[in-house]
Amino acid sequence: MARITLSRLAHSYLPNPADEAQFALKEMTHVWRDGGAYALLGASGCGKTTLLNIISGLLRPSQGRVLFGETDVTDLPTEARDIAQVFQFPVVYDTMTVRENLAFPLRNRGKAPGYIAARVAEIAAMIGMEAVLDRKARGLTADAKQKISLGRGMVREDVNAILFDEPLTVIDPHMKWELRTQLKALHRQFGHTMIYVTHDQTEALTFADQVVVMHDGRVVQTGTPEELFEAPAHTFVGYFIGSPGMNLLDARVEGRRAHLRGGTVELGAAYPALEGRVRIGIRPEYVALTEGPGLPVSIRRVEDVGRHRIVRAELSGAPIDIVAEEGERLPAEPRVVFAPEKINVYADDWRVEGEAA
Amino acid sequence: MALALEGVTRVVRGRTHVHPTDLVLGKGTMNVLLGPTLSGKTSLMRLMAGLDRPTRGRILWDGAEVTGVPVQRRRVAMVYQQFINYPTLSVYENIASPLRLLGRSKAEIDRATRETAEMLRLTPMLDRKPLELSGGQQQRCALARALVKGAGLVLLDEPLANLDYKLREELRVEIPRIFEASGAIFVYATTEPEEALLLGGNTATLWEGRVTQFGPTAHVYRRPCDATTARVFSDPPMNFVACRKERGRVSFGAGAATATAAAGPFAAIPDGRYLAGFRPNHLDLVRRSGDALGFDCALTASEITGSETFLHARHDGEAWVGLLKGVHELGAGAAVTLWLDPAHVYLFDAGGRLAAPAAYAMAA
Amino acid sequence: MEKTQNNRAWFLVLPMLVIVAFSAVIPLMTVVNYSVNDTFGRNEFFWAGLEWFDETLRSERLWSALGRNALFSAIILAIEVPLGIFVALHMPKKGFWASFCLVVMALPLLVPFNVVGTIWQIFARTDIGLLGHTLWSLGIDYNYTANPLHAWLTIIVMDVWHWTSLVALLCYAALQSIPEAYYQAAKIDQASRWKVFRYIELPKMKGVLVIAILLRFMDSFMIYTEPFVVTGGGPGNSTTFLSIDLVKMAVGQFDLGPAAAFSIMYFLVILLVSWVFYTVMTNMDKEEGV
Repeated sequence: MARITLSRLAHSYLPNPADEAQFALKEMTHVWRDGGAYALLGASGCGKTTLLNIISGLLRPSQGRVLFGETDVTDLPTEARDIAQVFQFPVVYDTMTVRENLAFPLRNRGKAPGYIAARVAEIAAMIGMEAVLDRKARGLTADAKQKISLGRGMVREDVNAILFDEPLTVIDPHMKWELRTQLKALHRQFGHTMIYVTHDQTEALTFADQVVVMHDGRVVQTGTPEELFEAPAHTFVGYFIGSPGMNLLDARVEGRRAHLRGGTVELGAAYPALEGRVRIGIRPEYVALTEGPGLPVSIRRVEDVGRHRIVRAELSGAPIDIVAEEGERLPAEPRVVFAPEKINVYADDWRVEGEAA
Repeated sequence: MALALEGVTRVVRGRTHVHPTDLVLGKGTMNVLLGPTLSGKTSLMRLMAGLDRPTRGRILWDGAEVTGVPVQRRRVAMVYQQFINYPTLSVYENIASPLRLLGRSKAEIDRATRETAEMLRLTPMLDRKPLELSGGQQQRCALARALVKGAGLVLLDEPLANLDYKLREELRVEIPRIFEASGAIFVYATTEPEEALLLGGNTATLWEGRVTQFGPTAHVYRRPCDATTARVFSDPPMNFVACRKERGRVSFGAGAATATAAAGPFAAIPDGRYLAGFRPNHLDLVRRSGDALGFDCALTASEITGSETFLHARHDGEAWVGLLKGVHELGAGAAVTLWLDPAHVYLFDAGGRLAAPAAYAMAA
Repeated sequence: MEKTQNNRAWFLVLPMLVIVAFSAVIPLMTVVNYSVNDTFGRNEFFWAGLEWFDETLRSERLWSALGRNALFSAIILAIEVPLGIFVALHMPKKGFWASFCLVVMALPLLVPFNVVGTIWQIFARTDIGLLGHTLWSLGIDYNYTANPLHAWLTIIVMDVWHWTSLVALLCYAALQSIPEAYYQAAKIDQASRWKVFRYIELPKMKGVLVIAILLRFMDSFMIYTEPFVVTGGGPGNSTTFLSIDLVKMAVGQFDLGPAAAFSIMYFLVILLVSWVFYTVMTNMDKEEGV
């Protein structure tokens, strides 16, 4: 196991990129802590798969170095990097039994049969497949096959990192819970460095200690799920994390107040004079509907998602989403109030830190 | 126009893919088929479309029998999970293709194509090839092709499953709008309860080739007729615990892990053994009301999404999930008491049928 | 996926059935008729029962031709299948060279059978043929018209040249359908080249290999044109295969009865071997699926 360092890394699929726009992955420096559980989150085409392929050794970066621990592995091929990878679609050896599948990476490395047997038994118990160990992999369901892929990824103890490339895509929602819980348990038990690539915020946030949000070839924020939710560093993070995403409203910020088109709101901190397009961001969860004083809104639609309702409304012509409780009564003349300490301020899409009072 | 299935059954080589099903899909309604993979959603859709012939039963379209009529001669359109477009044709030609097959006039084709493209926000991309578009736009193009010929029945088989999370969110909001504008019967298959709720309309829950319940979506969600429906229509899955009603009290769990409540909401049902079910979002770490039930649980894992926390816990051998607002940092193995308001509990009888709906759902 | 039931489809198949009836079933019945009768032409038939079958089964001639055929099929399968797989594995996966290889590989398949025979007949001649002359000038006493071994080698090399492409192209198509992730996973698992072949490529090729083997078996077992053109069945009877013998018997000697009996048995042998092979292969699949 090892710490993974990406140093001034960048990649372009063109041989001689002319400008920054031609880089699929823009220059970045990043350290993945040994034993950490990371998620790489972003929309398709944001560069997350490129980054994963660079770490796994499938792609050689146009510039920069990749270090595992203190060793420079930039020029090492995949098979020399001692990593494990789980792919989007189950990759199993159809003609082998489940047991042979799990033992395969160990056998290839010439481990002792006793050790292999013990290790396979342990992994089979973890992924709950002891009962089918001697069945051929071919006849199993997609869920079961993906579990085998996970198991094969886990079976080696000496890997530098385990990479997951959207591993739950083909899995039913109910089964996703089970597999994700198992992954977490496996991480706790074995302490491997894990990097999990996904476009699904729930998967990323629940899996990882640290989530790396990518947008347009760039890392826009790295943080704990809570940081990403409470203080998105970029409006993209605000939009991408949370369902629905963060509300963004054009504003003029003066000290501790923000003047919106529909009125003025208090902020949780004081802000200096700001340049560029200034907006405030507030999560739908922190917008409350009230009949008392507040900014008047008109409700356009109400979506019942079971455990809560999403109220789609308009505040002086700008769309605003509000999360209302399951049984909550919607006021006849609705107004909204924002929780001041939950308001973030953005200038040209980047978050501005407020000054301590 | 309405589509009616009467005792429709499909048996393939001795295996029943669809058990006898009666369904009436009203004119201009949105109907969601909700169930896990292999629950029979696609089989049912193929029967509705006329791609397969039912082994038994009849299919009526506006009262006229269409059971043996092949798909080509029904006014049906289908959209699949894969983005199926003609790769060498432009978006415009893709959308126009069904009309060309029907031999419509040039002017009419142009009008209908542009109108449909506008509805699906494809107007700026009409000259491009499908593969130059994003996944979301490709699926919009497929949707436009399905809608352009004015089919009376539009079948969508997990159309958003291959899309990115955020694109999915966007299209989920748009599909009801598109549906309202089209006036057709929509049938929409999905594995995700949240998608069903967002689409609204009616929902049929499926389990192992059977429709377990059919009705307005929110109604099916809040008043599931049996434990299977409740399980299918919950994500994360519904939690269950055995309980017993006797002498005016209901006791939950067994042995030392019991919690009891006054019969209150369950006064109307006879004494006996039941299965209690409740949704993860109704569990709480704090006691919010005097009659809340407390369950001692061992935590197996907690997952934090930034705004919510999923608690995975075991109570008396049962695996439970709790969905709590806010961030709660709790280590695995911790002992916690999870609180539950009896008003959120559904009781199911020995056969799994709903014996007493949750009181809160009756009020809603 | 289940197919739609549509009885009208039968009408569309009807013309084909009529053509097949005229081109296959009716001639076949004629052959059956010949095989149980004796005839001297003029449409006069005398009932002979199973006499011709009995005679043919006892004939040395049939058995030795059958033996030669079996040996020939076995040899060319043993060469063409591994060679075809080998070629497929080493063909470039994409780009200009992939298309180039495909075209080159397809070329022999486009040449008519009798032309292949003629090409090789000339190619192998020691006086004017490139191959024959080269061998001869190297001091090898090569003469396919006189030496049975040389005749065999020539025909085998010719068949391998003609048909290995078919096996290779089929395998290549199967290999192309393997997702890249499998190779990647194998690298990560540190699987050797042999294991990649054994556990990823071979299982994927199995389906097409069954078809390739069947096609090559049936074709080689019925081989006629090429050896007829190159060696004419000689020297002696050394390259007289079943079909060549059959034509000699029917056309050359006008022994219609025995020839008919012979061809029916020939037909049944091919049918039987193909069926057994196919059944065994598909059953193996089923067992593995459990």
